[in-house]
Amino acid sequence: MRKIAIYGKGGIGKSTTTQNTVAGLAEMGKKVMVVGCDPKADSTRLLLGGLSQRSVLDTLREEGEDVELADIRNGGFCNTMCVESGGPEPGVGCAGRGIITSINMLEQLGAYDASEALDYVFYDVLGDVVCGGFAMPIRDGKAEEIYIVCSGEMMAMYAANNICKGILKFATNGKVRLGGLICNSRKVDNEKQMIEQFAKLLGTQMIHFVPRDNDVQRAEINRKTVIEWNPKCGQADEYRSLAKAIDENQNFVIPKPLPIPALEKLLMEFGLYN
Amino acid sequence: MPDEINTVASPDPAAVKEEMLKIYPAKTRKKRAKQIILNEPDCPPEIGANSRTIPGIITQRGCTYAGCRGVVMGPIYDLLQITHGPVGCGYYAWLTRRNLVRVPENETNYLQYCMNTDMQEDQIIFGGEKKLKQAIREAYDIFKPRAIAILATCPVGLIGDDIHTVAKQMKEELGINVIAFSCEGYKGVSQSAGHHIANNGVFKHIIGLDNKPDEGEFTMNILGEYNIGGDAWEIDTLLRKCGIHVTATLSGDVNYDQVKRCHTVMLNGVMCHRSINYIAEMMEKKFGIPWIKVNFIGAEASAKTLRKIAKFFDSKKLTDRVEEVIAQELMALRPIKEQMKAKHQGKKVALFVGGSRAHHYQDLFRDLGMEIVSAGYEFAHRDDYEGRKVLPTIKVDADSRNIEELHVEADPERFKPTRTPEQVAALTAGGFTFKDYEGMMVEMKKNTLVIDDISHHEMEKLIELYKPDIIGSGIKDKFVIEKMGVPCKQLHSYDYSGPYAAFTGAVNFYREVDRMLTTRVWKFITPPWEKEPQSASPLLHASKVEALKRENANKAWRKPGAETAPEAAPEA
Repeated sequence: MRKIAIYGKGGIGKSTTTQNTVAGLAEMGKKVMVVGCDPKADSTRLLLGGLSQRSVLDTLREEGEDVELADIRNGGFCNTMCVESGGPEPGVGCAGRGIITSINMLEQLGAYDASEALDYVFYDVLGDVVCGGFAMPIRDGKAEEIYIVCSGEMMAMYAANNICKGILKFATNGKVRLGGLICNSRKVDNEKQMIEQFAKLLGTQMIHFVPRDNDVQRAEINRKTVIEWNPKCGQADEYRSLAKAIDENQNFVIPKPLPIPALEKLLMEFGLYN
Repeated sequence: MPDEINTVASPDPAAVKEEMLKIYPAKTRKKRAKQIILNEPDCPPEIGANSRTIPGIITQRGCTYAGCRGVVMGPIYDLLQITHGPVGCGYYAWLTRRNLVRVPENETNYLQYCMNTDMQEDQIIFGGEKKLKQAIREAYDIFKPRAIAILATCPVGLIGDDIHTVAKQMKEELGINVIAFSCEGYKGVSQSAGHHIANNGVFKHIIGLDNKPDEGEFTMNILGEYNIGGDAWEIDTLLRKCGIHVTATLSGDVNYDQVKRCHTVMLNGVMCHRSINYIAEMMEKKFGIPWIKVNFIGAEASAKTLRKIAKFFDSKKLTDRVEEVIAQELMALRPIKEQMKAKHQGKKVALFVGGSRAHHYQDLFRDLGMEIVSAGYEFAHRDDYEGRKVLPTIKVDADSRNIEELHVEADPERFKPTRTPEQVAALTAGGFTFKDYEGMMVEMKKNTLVIDDISHHEMEKLIELYKPDIIGSGIKDKFVIEKMGVPCKQLHSYDYSGPYAAFTGAVNFYREVDRMLTTRVWKFITPPWEKEPQSASPLLHASKVEALKRENANKAWRKPGAETAPEAAPEA
């Protein structure tokens, strides 16, 4: 079983990219579980065709100790399995602690057992690695491969660099490694070249360049992944390629986060290229 | 008949300091060196105080929550106090400090209760505000208290429960005063921060709610007196004999209503400067009530304090009465004092406790002619050692900045200085000092060792080199000291005795010291570590350290000079 976590700046398209990629892997016949680690519980909407009704934490509150895997795991597109951690409303409690509790609960319930015969588990994590809770999926070997979704925009690259610092911290004591950057294009000048160079400096690769296409939004409005909504469109093939690249990936590294001046320099070089 | 007076000459304090510091790593040694000072009474040298405790030294200190809940708020006996947090912190809110109360008939006393929200994982994740509200409603339904206080523990601050808004909402809903204290344990370097937070809350939300003064020609509050073993009662009785009425003692055997009207007095007397000077200062600014330092621990100190109070009120009647009372009390005290003094004169004492007790108790021991060889506080600041004159030079560090400093202005209606400027000028000209505390060091002999936040190691060295006859300390070191054959008096809770304040309490203390010094039980003790060699434990430690070193030796990030990130390590 490969254990993968997807990180990236807030709003960069982590959930969308994760679900569309998972659809690609599922279509290839892989058995995949997606664990949404966002208190909003909206990481599996496209695979499920609507928001998940019961998060792990909600179920835990309602049922007490008497929780079954079936209560919290929902079947999605193409036999994918979807779980939402859930968490508190904005501004109260501790969402980070919630993620820790929820992943521990999944382990105790045997969601990762060999009998489940999973090929992949994907953790879709909210935003940046802001505190201990959000680092949970990369601690204790819960996820071993990280992919960072970014674009050529400065703040997205800055966040990616910061996430690399988090990976570095846990990589020195554990098995977690960076598998690559996924560029979710925002149509920035020289975006592809810049992210390729950025990945090289970090010691990794740009595993795929996902072009911007409004079919993604059209599929989202229909509560579907692109592959389900229109299997024949070009964007569906992009996600299939990304799924294939991840499936075949052999390049796992401990990243070398950039000092801020080096990051700025990179932006200057590529951003002012013309 | 004097028995076995300790004739061992005191060692060279500079050499003792050296010996205490020797074992520490360089950084610790540098820091501790600032906190171990050879006294210079004429001009106290700067001492390191109120700074972070070094991990591993086994400190005597407590946390911010302990200072707020346990020390200052705890003894207000009809204020229902709810600890918001996990049950452990809640349990330890159950007062064990022996703050005694005599509750009038038909009054309520919550001191023997410990109330807690029993925060669990569910509240940590989803927030504990709902459960807190539920607890407040429940407490209100059962007890119908006059007021409720909410005391925060660490997780409340970490997850950001808004206890102040909860307090406001519940105040509206229930129609009683509900006050929240953000006294999370991690907020300061010791319990001292908790005292400050409690002072702020009491001043902001309770003091001044009732403007009806108590009757009495001379009224005052005793601030920073916690009625351990009944101390406040002795002080109260003594002052009453002189014709002085105490409106409120903060916080010992005191109720919510007394605190509400305590701004109606003419004078504030501050016992424990460290824990309550904030309220004294703020009451002076807002209401015009002057404050003076008082000390009722020790016969000499009590007499001095009474005379100072009489001088403040400037009444012939009161002055005569005070002299009469002092004469009476001293006469009653003299036989026992002289008897004990003859027996114990010259014996050696070391005191390591609190934020004022290590100073005040020196007076009691001096009454008996005993010698203070070393003293230090657990959580005091520089002004408690060197005097308030150093206040402007104390560097406010990040830890202190963390605690809110209230901005107080004169109350437009209620600011009425109880002394006219002329009276103040006359008193000051006569050598009377307002709002002054000279600190511990000016009253201690030259070259005695002053040790802030003493560690267990330093305590052991001190016993080994000074061979004190008795030590005044707290529960965390009491039994280690006694295993070394030195009697230890707990000066937080007084073990099981007291009161020790005022002349009447002093008698109890002399007898207690006599009991402890006369018993031969300590001479028969062989410390357990002399009977059973402790070789296994240090060796285990050493082997762990070695193993760690080996494990880390090949880690790139541990190599000296290697400050860059490790190389990317592609893996198949």
